[in-house]
Amino acid sequence: MTESTTRSTADSTTFEPADPTADLPVAAIEDRIGAFLEAKTKATWEREVDLFASGAVSSLFAMELVVFVESTFGIAVEGPDLALDNFRTLRSMSALVIRLRGGGDDA
Amino acid sequence: MSEAQPVVKCLIWDLDNTLWRGTLIEDGDVEVDEAVRKVVVELDARGVLQAVSSRNDHDEAWARLEQLGLAEYFVLPQIGWGPKSESVRRIAERLNFATGTIAFIDDLPTERAEVAYHLPDVRCYPAEQAAALLDLPEFSPPVVTVDARRRRMMYRAGFERDREREQYRGADEEFLRSLDLVMRIGEARDEEITRVEELTLRTSQMNATGVHYSDAALRALARDEDHDVLVVSMSDRFGPHGAVGVMLIEKTPRTWHIKLLATSCRVVSFGAGAVLLRWLTDAAARARVHLVADFRRTERNRMMEVAYRFAGFADADCTCLASFPATEGTEVLHLEPVRQDPPTTMRVTAPDPQAAGREAEWA
Repeated sequence: MTESTTRSTADSTTFEPADPTADLPVAAIEDRIGAFLEAKTKATWEREVDLFASGAVSSLFAMELVVFVESTFGIAVEGPDLALDNFRTLRSMSALVIRLRGGGDDA
Repeated sequence: MSEAQPVVKCLIWDLDNTLWRGTLIEDGDVEVDEAVRKVVVELDARGVLQAVSSRNDHDEAWARLEQLGLAEYFVLPQIGWGPKSESVRRIAERLNFATGTIAFIDDLPTERAEVAYHLPDVRCYPAEQAAALLDLPEFSPPVVTVDARRRRMMYRAGFERDREREQYRGADEEFLRSLDLVMRIGEARDEEITRVEELTLRTSQMNATGVHYSDAALRALARDEDHDVLVVSMSDRFGPHGAVGVMLIEKTPRTWHIKLLATSCRVVSFGAGAVLLRWLTDAAARARVHLVADFRRTERNRMMEVAYRFAGFADADCTCLASFPATEGTEVLHLEPVRQDPPTTMRVTAPDPQAAGREAEWA
C-alpha cells in the first residue's frame, strides 16, 4: 500500500508513464484540440486550416488556446515557442506538443 | 513596499438589514434609509459598479428594489439561497474583475467570514458602515470620467451582448461581424487623457508593462513631438464602449517604441488588442520602421505576452535595439513589420500619416 503510493507520487512528478496523454498519437492530440476549438468557436476546423487567417482571433481566445494546450498535455510554452506559427493550425499544434514532450529528441 | 489599496470597482450589497431596514420575508414593507440611498446613487456616479447578494426569493426581492427605485443601480443580482462566497465569485467572474477590486457589505458577521474565508482578497464591511463608505479612500476614485458615469450602462449593454452571443447559433466570428463593431484610434484629446490614465490603473490583464503613467506625465507626452498618445474607442450596435485602450509610442527615425499598451477587459473578447497590434504593424510597415515593445511580466498579464508574440514580436538581436538600454525586469520584444490586411470583424479608423494625420478608414 505505502509502496504503491510512493511510486505513483514519483510517477506524477516525472509525467511518465502515469500521464494518460503521454503516448497519444498525432491524430488524438489533434482531435482533443479540435474539440476544444469547436466548442469555443462553434465551427469545425480542418487540420491544415489557418485559425488566424481572418484576423478575428482575440488575445483572450489565443491565451485560452495556449493555456488549454499547456494544461491538457502537461507542457509549458514559453519564449520563442510562444509564436503564432506554432498555433496556426491543428497540425502545427500537434507538432509543438510532440516536440515539447519529446524532450528535444530532434536535437 | 507599501502598496495603496486598489480602488473598489464593484460593491456587492446584502439586502436584509443592510441595504434596507428589516427582513423582507418577515417585515414586508422594508425601507431604505436616505443616507444609504445617497451612497448607492453617489457610488454609481463615481463609476463604482454595484451588485446584490441576498438570501431571499429573487422575484420578491427584485420587485421591492424596483418599487424603491433602486433596481436600476444594480447589475448581476444574485438573489437565492446558495453560499454568498459563490455569488461574489460569480459576480467577479462575470465582470472579469480581480477579487481584490471587489467589496462586500453585509450585517451578518458569519456571512462576511464565509466570503472572507473563500475569497480573502474581497474587502468586507459591516452594515453599520454603509453610510460612511463615501468617505473611504477605496471608494473615492481620484478622477471621475465621462466613461465612469456611464459605466453601469456600458456593462448592462455588455451583458445583453453576451446573452446574444451565447444564443447565437453560428460561428463566433460571424457573430462579431453582426455587431457592426467600429474601432476609432485617435490622438488623445485633453478630456480623454483622464480616461486614459484611469485605464492604465484599472487594467491589469492587458497592460504590457504594469507601469502607471500619471495624468500629468501623459499630458506632457501628448504635447511632445517624439511621442504619440493614442486613445482607442469602440462602439457597436448596442452602443458605445467608450475609451477602451491606450497606446504610448515614442517615434525615432528607425523605430517606433511601444512604451505602453493597455486595453480594457470589456473588449478583450472582441480581439481589440490583436486588432490594435495589427494596425500598428501595418502603420509601421508603411513608415518603414521597426517596432520595439516593452514587456514586463506581472501575475495577470500573460494574455498580453501572448498577444505580442502572436503578432510576431520576438526576442531579437536587431541593430535597431542598440539605442534601448534594457530596464531591469523588462523584456524588449522586437518586430520587423510587414503590411497587414484590415480585420474582417470590425471597421477601423485611424490617423493617416500620409494625409497629415487626418482620420481615415483602414482599408
